[in-house]
Amino acid sequence: MARITLSQLRHSYMANPVDEADWALKQLDLQWDDGGAYALLGPSGCGKTTLLNIISGLLEPSHGRILFNDEDVTHLPPEQRHIAQVFQFPVVYDTMTVYDNLAFPLRNRGVPESEVDKRVTEIAAMTDLTAMLKKRAAGLTADGKQKISLGRGLVRTDVNAILFDEPLTVIDPHLKFQLRSKLKELHQRVSRTMIYVTHDQTEALTFADKVVVMNVGEVVQIGTPEELFDEPQHTFVGHFIGSPGMNVLPCDIDHGQAVFAGQRLETANKAAQASQNSNEIGVRPEHVRFSSTGLDARVVKVSDAGRFNIVEAECGGHSLKVLVKEGAEIPSETAKLEFIPESTRIYQDGWLAGRRSAP
Amino acid sequence: MLELKNIAKRVGAETHIHPTSLEFKPGSFNILLGTTLAGKTTLMQLMAGLEKPTAGEIWFGGVDVTGVAVQKRNVSMVYQQFINYPNMSVYDNIASPLRVGGVDSAEIKRRVGAMAELMRISAMLDRRPSELSGGQQQRTAMARALVKDSDLILLDEPLANLDFKLREELRDELPKLFGTRECVVVYATTEPTEALLFGGVTAALHEGRVADFGPTGDVYRQPATLTGAQVFSEPPINTVKVNKSGDRVSADGNVNWAAPADLPDGDYIVGIRAHHIVPVETPGSVPIDGTIKIAELSGSESMVHFDAFGSDWVSLSHGVHPFDAGAAATLYADMSACFYFTPDGKLVRSGETGGGR
Amino acid sequence: MNKTVNQKAWFLVLPVLLLVAFNAIVPLMTVVNYSVQETFGNNVFFWAGISWFEDVLRSPRFHDALGRQLTFTFTILLIEVPLGVIIALAMPRKGIWVSVCLVLMAMPLLIPWNVVGAMWNIFALPEIGLLGKTLNAIGFDYNYTRQTGDAWFTLILMDVWHWTSLVVLLAYAGLVSIPDAYYQAAKIDGASSWAIFRYIQLPKMKRVLTIAILLRFMDSFNIYTEPSVLTGGGPGNSTTLLSIDLVKIALGQFDLGPAAAMSLIYFLVILLMSWIFYTVMTRDEANQ
Repeated sequence: MARITLSQLRHSYMANPVDEADWALKQLDLQWDDGGAYALLGPSGCGKTTLLNIISGLLEPSHGRILFNDEDVTHLPPEQRHIAQVFQFPVVYDTMTVYDNLAFPLRNRGVPESEVDKRVTEIAAMTDLTAMLKKRAAGLTADGKQKISLGRGLVRTDVNAILFDEPLTVIDPHLKFQLRSKLKELHQRVSRTMIYVTHDQTEALTFADKVVVMNVGEVVQIGTPEELFDEPQHTFVGHFIGSPGMNVLPCDIDHGQAVFAGQRLETANKAAQASQNSNEIGVRPEHVRFSSTGLDARVVKVSDAGRFNIVEAECGGHSLKVLVKEGAEIPSETAKLEFIPESTRIYQDGWLAGRRSAP
Repeated sequence: MLELKNIAKRVGAETHIHPTSLEFKPGSFNILLGTTLAGKTTLMQLMAGLEKPTAGEIWFGGVDVTGVAVQKRNVSMVYQQFINYPNMSVYDNIASPLRVGGVDSAEIKRRVGAMAELMRISAMLDRRPSELSGGQQQRTAMARALVKDSDLILLDEPLANLDFKLREELRDELPKLFGTRECVVVYATTEPTEALLFGGVTAALHEGRVADFGPTGDVYRQPATLTGAQVFSEPPINTVKVNKSGDRVSADGNVNWAAPADLPDGDYIVGIRAHHIVPVETPGSVPIDGTIKIAELSGSESMVHFDAFGSDWVSLSHGVHPFDAGAAATLYADMSACFYFTPDGKLVRSGETGGGR
Repeated sequence: MNKTVNQKAWFLVLPVLLLVAFNAIVPLMTVVNYSVQETFGNNVFFWAGISWFEDVLRSPRFHDALGRQLTFTFTILLIEVPLGVIIALAMPRKGIWVSVCLVLMAMPLLIPWNVVGAMWNIFALPEIGLLGKTLNAIGFDYNYTRQTGDAWFTLILMDVWHWTSLVVLLAYAGLVSIPDAYYQAAKIDGASSWAIFRYIQLPKMKRVLTIAILLRFMDSFNIYTEPSVLTGGGPGNSTTLLSIDLVKIALGQFDLGPAAAMSLIYFLVILLMSWIFYTVMTRDEANQ
């Protein structure tokens, strides 16, 4: 078990990267505490798999160091890092029984058979595999196989961290919930460092205590699920987390305040000065409401989502979404909109204006 | 108009579709809602003519088409997997149904161009499907299905394999594409929210039977049966056996609440959707004490699974509400919004408003 | 998935059916016809019943040929299959060398069989052939036209040279289809190279190896051209395999009846052995 430190990490798949876009992974500094549950969340191509491979040792970074506790493991091969991994598609040893699969990592390390038996029995009970120990691994369903993969990581006592690479991809939708709770429960029982990579916000936010949100090779925010929802540090986070995502509307800056559709808006933060590139306000659909005063708007479309309605409105020449609770009244054509000030933020060049520091 | 008259499908000893009658009007958007093995795909294959029903007839536009091969029907289909011709450019992929139909090349160019514009893939027309992202591949497949003037367009979970955000985006665009067409559109999905957002008409399927059929909002808010309500609830609807006597409704003596005035005394099954149970007390709500199993966070909503008097409950609330597994908690149910079903699952009273039947 | 029933599809199968009828079923029936009759020429035939079959099955000559055939087949299988797997394992999986290796491997397979025989015939000649001369030069008394052991050595070497590539290509195809994740998982589990081979590569190669073994078995059991050109069955009868013997009886001595009976027995032996091979090798999968 270990604390994992990533220091000034950069990676490019090209021999001589020139452009900023040539980097699959831009500057990265991170520390993960021992025993924590973390998630790497981002759309495909955001660099999360690259980062995962660097941690597991399948890829050597172009720059920077990786430390497990205080040991530099940057140049160590995977087998010497003591990391376990659960892959997207189940990897089991088909010809072996479930028992032998779980025993495999221990036997390879010359652990005495009595100890092997003790560990395997214990882990099988934890992962609900006890009844299947004598079965061939090839005969199990996808979720059973993923449990074996996980079990092979848990069975060792010398594992520094367990990595999950979109482990629920091939699991039936109605079983996903079960496996998700199982993972969460196991983490609380064994308190090993676990790192979960996914593009699915529900999986990431449910599993992790802290989520690392990535976009185009860059970490845009590290935070608890609440922080990501309540205080997105970047418009990308606001858009990616939550459904529907945050409204991002271009605005002008005047004396540190946002001006949108000709009106000065109260916001949670202030901008020091206008940015040359982009000035935007971000407000979640749940933080916009219809009222008697405010911005002039026109209701374009109302979609019934059951427990709430998603209203598409046009305001100041831009389209935005408003979330209205089921049963609440929706103006038919023209309306006035109000943004809740404490949940409305100014973003400059994508980043939250005046934010304390880089993640 | 597409009419299914008492069609059934058996394969060997297994019944995949029990006798079913449905009518789909031209220009309508129809949704088949159900879980993985509910029979959505089989029903679509029967409509397309890829499979023959073991009983019953299929009529299209007043003509019996039951035995007519799929090639002779004017049908398009989009699948869950992104199916394109791998060695053709995106342009040729979209043009392929028109070329088969003998449309002249100027017309092909015009229609492919317009369709690509609509699908926002104009810049990719010269590329091969393998060079596109998943979302673009599926847009190509959809463009190919929509470019010819089909009488029937079948979409079998077309968004299921896409990333979460892409799904949201396409979900927004899709209904706009069918706006002015006179064809019958049938869309299969496992997700109640998707069905609601598309509106139109919904058939709730369960184990090869239609549990309910009607305008989507009605099927959602006034489900004819408990099964229909279960199919149309995500997360699953909470159910509990109750007895109504006098002015109280009681669930096994564990909790009780004021009975609606118009409900006769007797035994009922109460169904209450997860979003009517929340972690904060609201006026008139019924407190339920339980033990937390897991709190699933979807970003803007929290789904809390908990255990109370021996059964599983789910709560869905807005915002992020983390709970520790194993902790004791009280959640509050708004019982004025619940459904009352007879013990054999027929709707007696719906607490959800809206829906016109 | 179920497809619509359409009887027209049968017409598409018809040409193949006719082709098979003309080049397999009709000749086979002719052979069956010969095998139960006696002839003394002039197209006059007499009913002979199963006497030819009895004769063939009792004849020491047939037993010897069958024995030689089995020895040959099992020897080359024992060499070619492991050797092919070893070469496939040693081949690169990525980069420009892949195509170079594949072309080199495919080369022997492209050479016509009779040319292979002729090549080795000259190559192994003790007086002028590179192999024969070299062996003699470094002190071996090697002469495949006179010494039985040398003839067998040359025959097997030739077959290994010619056909190991087939096993290599099939095994290689099996190997490259294994997803990287398996190797990564094995590394993480601390598996040795032997364990990776035993528990990942071998199980994943099983299907293609089954096909390779079957093909090599049937082909080597049928082999005629190469040994016939190389040794002609000699010295003496020492390398007279079943097929060579068959041709000797049928065309050399023109004993049509016994030759026909023998080919049928031959055919049945191959069929039986292939079936046994196949069931044994796939039984495991059916059990799962």
